[in-house]
Amino acid sequence: MRGVASPSLGRRSLLSGVGRTIALAGVGAVVPAVFRPASAMAMGADEARHLLSRTGFGPTPADIADVQGLDYTAAVERLLGKWRPEALTAPPGWINLTPPQAREEIERFREQRAEKGKPKAASDPAPAAAPGGGVPAKPLANANPRQERARELRNWWVEEMLVTDQPFVERMVLFWHNHFTSSLQKVTFTPAVYRQNLLFRRHALGNFATLLRAVAKDPAMLLYLDGAQNKAGQPNENFARELLELFTLGEGHYSEADIKAAARAFTGWGIDRETGAFQVHPALHDKGEKTFFGRTGTFTGDDILSMILEKPGVAEWITGKLWREFVSLKPDEGEIKRLAAVFREARYEMKPLLRALFLTPAFRDQANRGGLIKSPIELVVGTVRLLGLPVPEKTRLVRALQSIGQVPFDPPNVKGWPGGEAWITTNTLLMRQQILRRIVEATTVAPMGGPMTMAPAKPGRRTDRREQTGGREEVMMEPEQTPVEGRSLRSAGSSARLGPTLAGLDAETLQRALLPVPPQLPLETGMAAGDVVARLLLDPGYQLK
Amino acid sequence: MLRRDFLQVSAGLAVALATPQALAQGGTSAAKAAQRTAEPGSPRWDRILVLVELKGANDGLNTVIPFADPLYAKLRGPLAIARDRVVPLDQRVGLHPALKGLMEGWKERDLAVVQGVGYPYPNRSHFRSIEIWDTASAASQTLSEGWLAQAFNGASRPAGRAIDAVVVDTNALPATGGDLRTIVMQDAESFIQQARAMRDGGAPAAANPALAHVMKVRGEIHAASLGLAERMRGAPAPAHAFATDPFSHQLALATRILLAKVPVVAIKVALGGFDTHARQLETHERLLTQLGEGLAMFRRNLIAAGLWKDVLVMTYSEFGRRVKPNASAGTDHGTAAPHFMMGGLVKGGLHGAYPSLADLQDGDLKHSVDFRDLYATVARRWWGLNDTFGRRNPTMVDIIA
Repeated sequence: MRGVASPSLGRRSLLSGVGRTIALAGVGAVVPAVFRPASAMAMGADEARHLLSRTGFGPTPADIADVQGLDYTAAVERLLGKWRPEALTAPPGWINLTPPQAREEIERFREQRAEKGKPKAASDPAPAAAPGGGVPAKPLANANPRQERARELRNWWVEEMLVTDQPFVERMVLFWHNHFTSSLQKVTFTPAVYRQNLLFRRHALGNFATLLRAVAKDPAMLLYLDGAQNKAGQPNENFARELLELFTLGEGHYSEADIKAAARAFTGWGIDRETGAFQVHPALHDKGEKTFFGRTGTFTGDDILSMILEKPGVAEWITGKLWREFVSLKPDEGEIKRLAAVFREARYEMKPLLRALFLTPAFRDQANRGGLIKSPIELVVGTVRLLGLPVPEKTRLVRALQSIGQVPFDPPNVKGWPGGEAWITTNTLLMRQQILRRIVEATTVAPMGGPMTMAPAKPGRRTDRREQTGGREEVMMEPEQTPVEGRSLRSAGSSARLGPTLAGLDAETLQRALLPVPPQLPLETGMAAGDVVARLLLDPGYQLK
Repeated sequence: MLRRDFLQVSAGLAVALATPQALAQGGTSAAKAAQRTAEPGSPRWDRILVLVELKGANDGLNTVIPFADPLYAKLRGPLAIARDRVVPLDQRVGLHPALKGLMEGWKERDLAVVQGVGYPYPNRSHFRSIEIWDTASAASQTLSEGWLAQAFNGASRPAGRAIDAVVVDTNALPATGGDLRTIVMQDAESFIQQARAMRDGGAPAAANPALAHVMKVRGEIHAASLGLAERMRGAPAPAHAFATDPFSHQLALATRILLAKVPVVAIKVALGGFDTHARQLETHERLLTQLGEGLAMFRRNLIAAGLWKDVLVMTYSEFGRRVKPNASAGTDHGTAAPHFMMGGLVKGGLHGAYPSLADLQDGDLKHSVDFRDLYATVARRWWGLNDTFGRRNPTMVDIIA
């Protein structure tokens, strides 16, 4: 990604911004937003929508009303204010599973499957798929426990994204996941993946250097990039390479010899087979001299990390990535350098960098509104939050995410989701529209009693126990065999029942809240509110943030 | 990845009306020599390339195996494929046993093995290196257009074509940019059904690049769905059933598109999972089985349909793997690797030189064929296009009869 540097947009004094923030802090808490008189400082609904949609998941009109009367810098300070370094959602039940228990569990499962697959009991541990002749394997009553844990873990995170009261922190957790990638496809010891997510939460708005050091010793990372297999005499370069190429510096700032030296320095960092925790194996560490970045010594992994963190390129790399995530796909090299200097001066503290990022003229530029494409998670989670839809069972949401290219805990490779324009292809755009149609339709099948109740789950399907509080199983978006395009927008929209998040609002307010750009499929006057929402959700502009 | 110039993209939305002049430059002198395969200046739009990406970097050394070289067993140690399991192609090299399905084509002389394909100053990053291959760039150069888009830039398109390439995979970069109109789909039926519901978005005059992209994709969907539906409806089914793995599923869709005579110049499929840093033997064997069986079935189907001469299959991958194994019974990132070309007009046999195991560079193989020469060969000999992808005097690889 070598972008053409556009001319610097000029500089703004960070200090003056902070001063104003302090002066205005707390205004929003006193007067309800809708009644607050528009002061000269008030940013207005459009800029409020821009800030919230770039830093969260589909803000509701109420979310927008809540900050639109604030001074812009005060709203940024609110985002960066006190935050909770843990999740609200209760974790799955298996998080304390140990590696031996996990191995035992999978053995048991394989044995069961083998027995079921054969007419006679056999101690053969081979998978049941083996054509033993005779009776074919019956459908399994119990799913593979490993896959079941993976499913529960994805659902857990999606639930957290749906219920969180700090969407920006959640977006940063997602940012770190996409930076320090890991995948359930490779890391089959699910508790490690869960704990890595907690690590990202602890450091979401914290200190990058601290996070990097923790990630290097994180069991999920040691499994994902084969660090646990990296031994003296026969180094595995996987982690060392991605550490330099993707996590800290980017291509062109190191040599192949640096990668080899770093791999040797990290030898011996592994995992305790009994507990699954990080462990140093001194016997497997290469104690010899290494030459890294031109310096020679008997370096350890910690030394390598320190030497990397001394490079100014690290701050630029991370800043560039945040720029792409929150500001624009077009890097402004001058601004990125300036922000990276802020980051370095703050000794890798995230808040000063994020504050400076959201205060850049480029972020606030009106021409920048709607200039980024929503990720699948932003689209789906944002829409569900926007409509206030209850979704007791998350598996179908995860499937919807899969069809448009972003399953939490399963990035396509170590570089993460490429994002940007790549989110929208002929294939994914069709699927995105189909998902949005189903969500609109999900609001139309509600019985009179309770809004938006969906069809009951198929019997026998396991659902998250903790979510069955109402004693009923409910699912959303029962997949239809026939696509929904035969049904006109109007018929779906006019019977839509808008929940409290959108009910009672006029078309203009809805449009301002839902679209960052004027509609491409213009609204007609006199449309029912449900039609307006349906039309806005399916407008090309709704794909943007 | 922001890879495109949006102005160009908007311009490309309209059916390209560019003249063939750029292509025909120097055409008078070249015209005499050009008749042998395809004629420069009038591209062979009827010929189709099927690109097969082996994602994650396929281990070339265990794909086409230099079994006669004692250094192979010595350097590969526990990962060496036993000599008696290798399927020999000649006295020196042979295929991994999992690729035995390819032997039908080898015997019929329509399978070419191009050995030692790579490029100078090899990059060992997956992402950067596949970008180098996809955009036909030099290692030191960053390009935004895919190599197929470059090759067809300025070529005048026959009437009645709504799309130029179908990607049955997620990486569309080789066919991205320029005038090329590329559709990404996993399943033809749902594509057609859903595309009908999408209205034509109208003119994408948006200054906002993100919006322009969405509008452009809508336009592509709309245009593609119009012709695709009727062609696919009347098309025959493949004569031989494909296996059920995802790669075979992709090949089955490619076959149906070909049998339906959907006019495209390229179809891309992919097989993933080749990044075998640990416990390589089983994984690699499984993947090569899918590759060999899938391509063998594809070949049989196209022969049965009488289309094998219209199709050129080409594999590629970001790089090969390190000659020596690592401690995890896997291999790290390497450099040059062999690739397969198949088709009714392919000159079967071994092409290029197998890189020497005695002359490694930092433990890696030195390439003998530059992949851009292979691309230039495909452009010139397959389609009659003149792009040489920045190579001043490309060495044509004699793979097309």
